Amino acid sequence: MLLRGAFVELALPLALFALLFVASSNSTNFYFPSLAKVLERFDALWLGQRFVGDVLPSLGRLILGYLIACLAGIAIGVPIGMFGPLRRAAEPVLEFFRAIPPPALIPVLVMLAGFGDTMKVAVIVTGSIWPILLNTVEGVRSVDHVLDETCRTYQIKGMSRMWHFVLPGASPQIVVGMRIGLSIGIILMVISEMFAATNGLGAAIIVFQRSFEIPEMWSGVLMLGLFGFVLSVAFRLFERRTLRWYYGMRDLERRS
Amino acid sequence: MAGNAVVSVQHLNKVYQSGTRRVEAIGDLTFDVEAGDFTCIVGPSGAGKTTLLKCLSGLLAPTSGAILVNGHAVAGPPAEMAVVFQEYGRSLFPWKTVRENIELPLREKNIARAERRRLVDDALAAVALAGAGDSYPWQLSGGMQQRVAIARAVAYQPKVMVLDEPFAAVDAQTRADLEDLMLRLWSELDLTVIFVTHDIDEAVYLGHRVLVLSSSPTRILDDVLVDIPAPRSQATTRIEPRFAELRTRIYRGVQEAKSAARATSEPIKG
Repeated sequence: MLLRGAFVELALPLALFALLFVASSNSTNFYFPSLAKVLERFDALWLGQRFVGDVLPSLGRLILGYLIACLAGIAIGVPIGMFGPLRRAAEPVLEFFRAIPPPALIPVLVMLAGFGDTMKVAVIVTGSIWPILLNTVEGVRSVDHVLDETCRTYQIKGMSRMWHFVLPGASPQIVVGMRIGLSIGIILMVISEMFAATNGLGAAIIVFQRSFEIPEMWSGVLMLGLFGFVLSVAFRLFERRTLRWYYGMRDLERRS
Repeated sequence: MAGNAVVSVQHLNKVYQSGTRRVEAIGDLTFDVEAGDFTCIVGPSGAGKTTLLKCLSGLLAPTSGAILVNGHAVAGPPAEMAVVFQEYGRSLFPWKTVRENIELPLREKNIARAERRRLVDDALAAVALAGAGDSYPWQLSGGMQQRVAIARAVAYQPKVMVLDEPFAAVDAQTRADLEDLMLRLWSELDLTVIFVTHDIDEAVYLGHRVLVLSSSPTRILDDVLVDIPAPRSQATTRIEPRFAELRTRIYRGVQEAKSAARATSEPIKG
């Protein structure tokens, strides 16, 4: 059963890959080299030195920026979600900041933090934090009021209430925000590296493009695709684990 | 106020005010509940039963009057009280197992681990769910979920257990079983129970005293002592002549309350 599921999921990507491989095999177009050539470059470039030199620095910045965004987004979102007056005061401001496309902040952040890692991490944080923050606010705001009354009658207060009721109650919504935040984080990781960097996936792709190493450039794009795919699989595992009760409950409701 | 009253409601009045709209939900309620009593509260829908219950459990502040639990005025939810809500599916934490749900309030009371374990096991056994501790609430049927909520209240060892139409959302057979479960727990565990229901038969079957409420603004219409001896049984109690008499008396009271409410709220066309 599990094998069949994996087969169904893998069949289409493999078929498309094979199709592209065959169709591009005689390509003489300079900009669209054959997949065989791209793969050969991929093998030479990304499985060796560049994995340590480019992929890991990118991953490090992404993880750091993303974790800061998650912690800050939840820490700021919980009190805003819990207190109505605070929420009404904060919401227009939050909507405004969210509406600013994060890449527009790169020049500002370069000015403040230079071209180093601090700037890139800051760019990732300023982009990823909004969906996490806004979803946390919404998740905390809409926790079940019967459960809230249950907590009150059983004297469950303070940190205990937060830990056993508010955070788990809001967690399905928080995780939705974290998933959106992760994909925004990957985009901003690449953009900030393309803007100004000496290493990282985005920087490598730009360097190849500028020196007309087209198969190398494509191999970088392929690497980036795999990078995003692996992260999204990892996120799905995390999601299944933390929200096991939620999916269990939902599946049961659907069946009945 | 009698010396033995665990709960004492004194001239309770509750008015909802929003803008210029003023709705008097509870007019004037005064009653005592003695330790060890099983008191049922019935009334037509819209009789302010939920409002009364929320005031009793400290979830809602009265406009005037006072509620004393164990001699202390209620300002917030009293620690000596456990509440069982009608919405069983929404009063249990879905991210916690049955055992964890029952244990959480005990942890807040700083009860030691071994003692918590014993209390949870005893409560689960009392509601005949000894094997279900590691399940999640949503894996259980509605009736079983409500038994978990009752077990949580039992394990909490409250002075008073308050139940808000707890069996309104389960099927008839389950309901009969749960009623007998409540009677058994009450007699075995020496509980004081306040049981809110809209079902007159249920009130007479369970209660040793039934308070009949009017439509809002709520007053007490009737205070009925149910002198049907224990043990009660689904098969025989409901066909006793005394059961029918009391049922009829309360039914008439509720009907009068309804028609009185209709007469004041709807203009007669003609």
